[in-house]
Amino acid sequence: MTATTATSAEERTAPPLATGTARAAGLVGGLVLLVVAVLLSLAVGALPVSPAQVITAFTDYAGTDAHVAVRELRLPRTLIGLAVGAALGAAGTVIQGVTRNPLADPGILGIEAGAAFAVVTAIYILGITTTAGYTPFALLGAGVAAVVVYALGASGRAAASPVTLALAGAAVAALLISLTSALALLDSGTLDAFRFWVVGALSGRDLGTLAGAVPFLGAGLLLALYSTRALNALALGEDVARSLGQRVALTRVLAALAVVGCAGGAVAVAGPIGFVGLVVPHAARALVGPDYRWLMPYAMVLGPVLLLVADVLGRVLVSPGELQVGIVMAVIGAPVFIWLVRRGRLAQL
Amino acid sequence: MTATDSTSTSTDRRPRRVPVRTARFSRLLDLRLLAVCAGAVVVGLVAAALSVSVGEFPIPLGDVVATLVGTGTRSDEFIIIGLRLPRALVGLGCGMALGLSGLILQTLVRNPLAAPDIIGVTGGASLTGVAILVLGAPAALLPVGAFAGAVASATLIYALAWRGGLSPFRLVLIGIALAAAATAGTQYLLVVGELIDVQRAAVWLIGSLNGVTWEEFWPLAVGLVILLPAAAGLARSLDALSLGEDSALALGVTVQRARLGLVVVAAGLAAFAVAAAGPIGFVAFIAPHIARRLTGLTGAAVLPAVALVGGVLVMVCDLVARLVLAPIELPVGTVTSVVGAPFFLYLLHRANRPARGG
Repeated sequence: MTATTATSAEERTAPPLATGTARAAGLVGGLVLLVVAVLLSLAVGALPVSPAQVITAFTDYAGTDAHVAVRELRLPRTLIGLAVGAALGAAGTVIQGVTRNPLADPGILGIEAGAAFAVVTAIYILGITTTAGYTPFALLGAGVAAVVVYALGASGRAAASPVTLALAGAAVAALLISLTSALALLDSGTLDAFRFWVVGALSGRDLGTLAGAVPFLGAGLLLALYSTRALNALALGEDVARSLGQRVALTRVLAALAVVGCAGGAVAVAGPIGFVGLVVPHAARALVGPDYRWLMPYAMVLGPVLLLVADVLGRVLVSPGELQVGIVMAVIGAPVFIWLVRRGRLAQL
Repeated sequence: MTATDSTSTSTDRRPRRVPVRTARFSRLLDLRLLAVCAGAVVVGLVAAALSVSVGEFPIPLGDVVATLVGTGTRSDEFIIIGLRLPRALVGLGCGMALGLSGLILQTLVRNPLAAPDIIGVTGGASLTGVAILVLGAPAALLPVGAFAGAVASATLIYALAWRGGLSPFRLVLIGIALAAAATAGTQYLLVVGELIDVQRAAVWLIGSLNGVTWEEFWPLAVGLVILLPAAAGLARSLDALSLGEDSALALGVTVQRARLGLVVVAAGLAAFAVAAAGPIGFVAFIAPHIARRLTGLTGAAVLPAVALVGGVLVMVCDLVARLVLAPIELPVGTVTSVVGAPFFLYLLHRANRPARGG
């Protein structure tokens, strides 16, 4: 009982960044954090590189080991981390907004599993080997899974509980994962490629895939920014949103497209990485409150910060080996999810 | 079976029941449930007969019978008693255990989508099982490790979901989170392992009866002997809980104790099944639905039918898995997933219709 009142009192108080100036300053602070994360991602690893060397690798390239490591290995994974982190943060924010479900996440809801299934199908059944060829399949798979889960958990009845949606997503994900691994089993070559792809990592990925996915990621991010006003209206409830002149169905479609572009593109580039889309919107909400016009840019900045820091942690924790970022994120994200569940009454967003 | 079906639906929506009374015993027997169980037993016997008779060395049914009564040849005896019979029995036992586990969790959580593999009970088993296969531990530890993993993850889910009482909602959501974490751990092990071990682990992860022996059967049998009566004993509480917490309290059920008992039984059943044959997908999820459809019953009354349907389902799927690409033996989990997938989508579609409420 006391916990519940404490939570609601906490929710009633204003967020730390309540005024426009403070929020803008906070966003600048987030960008500074992002720069730090990028530098860390370029500098930390099996071969330690000093910040000065990181800078000279770009300004005054001399071809030393450190310079090669920075430019050939760490720059690609950092760029991928930036793009994927922003996309997953935005996708999570949109999906939490449109389903009004605080536990929504492209991973939990099976959207990433859909993309993964489509990519493995492309590799094994259609024999597509170029990483750039994955992207359309990932988008298609993410789209189909999003529609299925969404139709199951959010429509039909006016207010689907977070549990229904999470369960529908987990069930669809379980189904797709078992089908995906059954496909991968048919051939040991596929299994070998698949096991490295399915963990979700920033390393060993191809910049060409990123280039192929950038249009979709960009479109998804723009759509996410565009739909923030509609998400604000939707947060008041479907009926209120409609009476405010929102076209709710259109909002849903645009939001779904944003999620598919962001999550599908992210999976195509880095493989399925869970929990970024869960954790980031909550962190942003704790800072700026429920206004999606601020939440979205914050999520797009905090997403890559989280992902890059997780990636750096993965390099440090089992050095000289590496823990893939998808695994680090699960270790960070699952406790956050559990904390959200235990916090008390699951508030609808 | 269809005859009973049509008469009962044409005269009355409710299944027909007949009272059975002796001096010290009085119960209502549900004829349709009886018919479904009898049908499942018949299909199961046919499947068992086929599964010991067909294969790379086909053995005619006459010789099978001769072997079973002890007058067969030594080679037949080795193939049937040593290889095919334990496989059929482990399939039966796993199906029964998984089906019941799914029924208990679905009823407890009051959601048709729950299953031990979806809410994380088998996730821990997968993690420890793969660890044993990939990190070079003796393979004999696999069942023990998988069992320990299932029990540990069930305990963890239960402990984390406890907050002055157990809410089924928290149980599901925390289970989902732990399942995701366990999956990540499993994938990490698959990345660091040698490809040959990884292949074995991947087959095991789908759930496979290939190469099971009596060694896998006996622990499973013991588990079932303990847990089946326990499940039957908890049936009343399960029914009461399915009406909601308040109604259950009013019916005299100690809610938290009943929930603990039910979770222990459901997790134990799943643990024994996973220890024997790996996490065979979707059986726990679809067996209760099939049994409910066939019997027209809901709640715990369907319990015996679920056990039989689950067992028969795994046996038949294993038969298909052995024959469809013979001589290659697919893992049985591939077949159950392929069978389960469309059924699952259909159920989701139905559950989503507003009138039915899900």
